[in-house]
Amino acid sequence: MTNTVISDLLVIGGGLHGCSAALFAAKRGMTVTVLEKDEVGQHASGTNAGGVRRLWRDIKEVPLANLSMEMWKSISEIVDDDCGFQQVPQVKVAECSDDMELLADRVALMKKSGFDHERLIDRNEVLSLLPAVNPRVEGGLVSDDGFALPWHTTAAFARKARELGVRIDTRTEARRIQKDGNTWRVTCSDGEYVGAHLLNCAGAWAGQVADQVGDNAPVEPIAPLMIVTQRMKPFCDCVVGTARRPLSFKQMANGTLVIGGARLGRVNTATNRTDVDFSELKHTANTARDVFPIMSKAVIQRAWSGIEARMPDLLPVIGRSEKHENVFHAFGFSAHGFQLGPATGKLVAELIDTGQKAPEIEPFGIKRFSAKPDHSQLLGM
Amino acid sequence: MSSVDLGIVGAGPAGLAAAVEARSAGHSVALLDEAAHPGGQIYRNIDHAGAKQFELLGPDYAYGKALTKAFGKSGCSYLPKSSVWHVEQRDTGFRLSYSRDGRSHGVDVGSLIIATGALERPMPLPGWTLPGVTTAGAIQILLKASATVADDLVLVGSGPLLILLAAQLVTSGYPPRAIVETVPLKNYVRALPRVPFNASGLGYLYKGSKLLARVARAGVPIFRDARDIVIEGTKRVEAVSFRSKGRAHRVETMSVGLHHGVVPNQQITRLMRCEHVWDQRQHAFLPILTEDGETSVHGLFVAGDGGGIRGAHSAEIAGRLAALKVIERMTGESQAAVKSLRKKLKRDASVRPFLEALYPPFSEALVPSDDTLVCRCEEVTAGQIRDAVRDTASEANQVKSFLRTGMGPCQGRVCGLAVTELIAEASGRSRNDVGYFRIRPPLKPLSLNELADYETEAQ
Repeated sequence: MTNTVISDLLVIGGGLHGCSAALFAAKRGMTVTVLEKDEVGQHASGTNAGGVRRLWRDIKEVPLANLSMEMWKSISEIVDDDCGFQQVPQVKVAECSDDMELLADRVALMKKSGFDHERLIDRNEVLSLLPAVNPRVEGGLVSDDGFALPWHTTAAFARKARELGVRIDTRTEARRIQKDGNTWRVTCSDGEYVGAHLLNCAGAWAGQVADQVGDNAPVEPIAPLMIVTQRMKPFCDCVVGTARRPLSFKQMANGTLVIGGARLGRVNTATNRTDVDFSELKHTANTARDVFPIMSKAVIQRAWSGIEARMPDLLPVIGRSEKHENVFHAFGFSAHGFQLGPATGKLVAELIDTGQKAPEIEPFGIKRFSAKPDHSQLLGM
Repeated sequence: MSSVDLGIVGAGPAGLAAAVEARSAGHSVALLDEAAHPGGQIYRNIDHAGAKQFELLGPDYAYGKALTKAFGKSGCSYLPKSSVWHVEQRDTGFRLSYSRDGRSHGVDVGSLIIATGALERPMPLPGWTLPGVTTAGAIQILLKASATVADDLVLVGSGPLLILLAAQLVTSGYPPRAIVETVPLKNYVRALPRVPFNASGLGYLYKGSKLLARVARAGVPIFRDARDIVIEGTKRVEAVSFRSKGRAHRVETMSVGLHHGVVPNQQITRLMRCEHVWDQRQHAFLPILTEDGETSVHGLFVAGDGGGIRGAHSAEIAGRLAALKVIERMTGESQAAVKSLRKKLKRDASVRPFLEALYPPFSEALVPSDDTLVCRCEEVTAGQIRDAVRDTASEANQVKSFLRTGMGPCQGRVCGLAVTELIAEASGRSRNDVGYFRIRPPLKPLSLNELADYETEAQ
C-alpha cells in the first residue's frame, strides 16, 4: 500500500482505550483510523484479569470510575455485546484487626469526599457473601462492582467501531510521527497516514509515542502475572482482594478461577516477550490459599502476563498534549485501566471534538511529568 | 537447587543415548522423564517386560534393552516420574521446574537437550470422541505395559505404526477385525519413485513387508482407499461406516483404534520461543535446527522425533550427536565421531521421503466437517473455528482468544495443528502466517499447593 490515508483522527494503539475513543469519536461524526502494531487487544487489554472495579481506587480516579460503571451497566447498548459483564460485589477482606482499621480509615476518607459506594462490613457479612472464605477473616470492604471478559470486550469495541466506519489497521506499526503543517503524518511499514488529530493510546509503548511529539511520559512497561485454574464447583460469586496483600480473585462462569494481583513477570517491549516468574506467583498462590482454604484443591492450568504501562504515580495520563493543540493522550493506566475503558474513550472523544475537558479527567494531564523547567528561559537568556 | 552441565528431558532412545555419551566424557547429567522406567514410548517398560511382551513386540522392541543397560551404568542422575512444567532461560543456561511425587523442585542445567519425542496426530472424524474409540498408540502402551490386548478392534487410518500394531495383534492371537486404510490409491504410484535403494532404506521396507504379510496371512480384511469415514454410535461406538473403492461399507465393532501418523511434541520448544517452520512433507511445524540439533535458542537442543519424525534409530543417533556438540562447547575440543554420526543420520532417514509420500495424514481429519469436535477440552467444533475466521480471526492465537481452543487441560496438544489447518483452509493464508498457539506454563497442570510450597532460591 502506498496510498496515504487521511482521517480526522489517528489513534495509535488498538487496545480497549484506543478502540473505545475511536468508537465515540466516530459517533461524533469524525473519520477515524486506528493503527495497531500487533492485533487488537493483544497486550494489556486482552490479557488482564477483567476486574470492573471501583473499590480501593485512588480518590482522583473515583469520578471517572463512577461514570464508567454507569456505562458498564448498559454496555450492550454501547457495543451490541454483553462483554461477559457480570455485576457482582468486589470485596477486600481484612485478615487481621490492623487491616480492619485500614479499611475503616478508607471509608472515612471516601465519605469526606462525598463517595458512598464503599461500605465496611463485619465478619458475618463477609461470611454470608463468601461462604468459602477463611473463617478467620475480621471483616471487609465491599462495593457494587463486577467483572467482564477482557479480550471479548476489546474485540466488541473494535467490532462496533468498525461498524461505525472506523478503520482499524492491524500489524501496522507507527514508525515515524511528524508534524506536517496543521496535521500529523504517521509513517508505517506499508504506508502513510495523515490525521488532523492524533491520539496516543499505545499502552506500554506510549512513552515512545509521546517522545516523538515532544511530551515527556515516564512509562514503565510491566508484566502483571495471572493464573487460571481448572474448573471447580462454583464457590465464589464476588471479586475478592485483601486489605494488604496483592490479590485479585474471581471465579468465572465456566468454573475456572482467575487469580492475579500486582505480582510482576519479566518484560521486553521490543520483542513483545513476557516471562512468567513462578517465584513471584508462588506468593499469589499462597495468598489465594490463605483466603480460600478450598484452593488447596485447585489445579493451575496456565499462567500468563500481558504488557502494561505503569506511571510513577500509578495514575493514567489522559488529556491534551503539553506541546500540541491537536495531540491527545490516554495511556499509563498502571494495571487498573480496564474498568475505565468506556468512560475514558467517551470523554477523550468529547475533548478532541469540542475542546471541552470533562472534570472527571482533569487530574490526569501529562503536564505533571513536565521535563524540568528550562533554566535558560528562567534566566531570560 | 542442584546444578549440572547437561539436562535432558525424555528417556527414549534420543535422551538415553545423549546421557550415555555426555557421561562417558565425564560431564554431569540429569535426565528427567515422566515415566517410572527408562525407554520412552518405543521401549516403554523394557526393563520390566516379561517373555510375553518380548514375543508380542519383537526384536525391534528388545533392541532397547542394550540402551537402558548402558544408561543404567552411565552414572547419570536419573529423575523418573518427573514432569517438567517450566523451563526458563538463565545467564548460565536453563532452569527446569518439575513435579515429582506431588512436590515441585528445580534444577539448573548448562545445556539442555529436549528429547520428548512425538505425539500421535489426533484424528478428529465424526464420532471420534465416543467411548470405545482410542488410538493405536494407546493400544500399544497397553501391550508394552501389561501385554493387554483389545478384542474385536477396527483399526482406522494409515502409517507404519498402524501396520506394526496390526501385526502385533495377530501374533497375540487377537487379530483386528478389520483395517480401514485411508491411503489414497494414487499414493502408491507417488511413493514408488521414492523407494530408497540403499541397505538402510531397503531394510525398513523389508521389515514393513514382513509385517504386512503377517497381517494378510491372518486373513484380516483391509479396506483400501477408505473415505467418508463416520464412527457411529449413540452412547458408545457401534460401527464404522465408510466408502472403499466406490462401495459403501459398515463394520460393526465395540472398539476403534485411530492413527494417521505422529507429529513432533513442540510444547517445550514453543514455550522457549524457538523458531519453528511448517514442513509440508511431514505436515507439521518443526523447530528450526542446525545439523546437530541446536534450536534458535543458544544451548537448547532437540534430539529425536521432536525435531521431525525420523524414528527410533535416528533418535538414538541424534541424541549422541547433540551430546557431542554439548561436549565440544564445554571442552573446546572437536569430537571425532560427529562427522560419521551426521552421515549415519542422513542414511537412516533415506526411507522418510517414501513413507511421507505414501502415508500423509488423512485429509478428512485435517480439515474436519463442521459438526466434528476439534477441541475436546473446550468442546469447540470445526464449524465454530471456520465462523471465527469469517469474523476476522486469521491467526491461531486470535482463535484461541475467541473460542478458548488450546486453553484447556491438554494445552492445545489435541487441537493445535487442526486449528492451524482450519484457519489456513478458511482464510487462504499460509500455515506459517497462521502460526501456532503461544504455549504458556505450566506445561502440565500443577496443583496450587505445589506452587505455594515450591522453594525457589534466588540466584
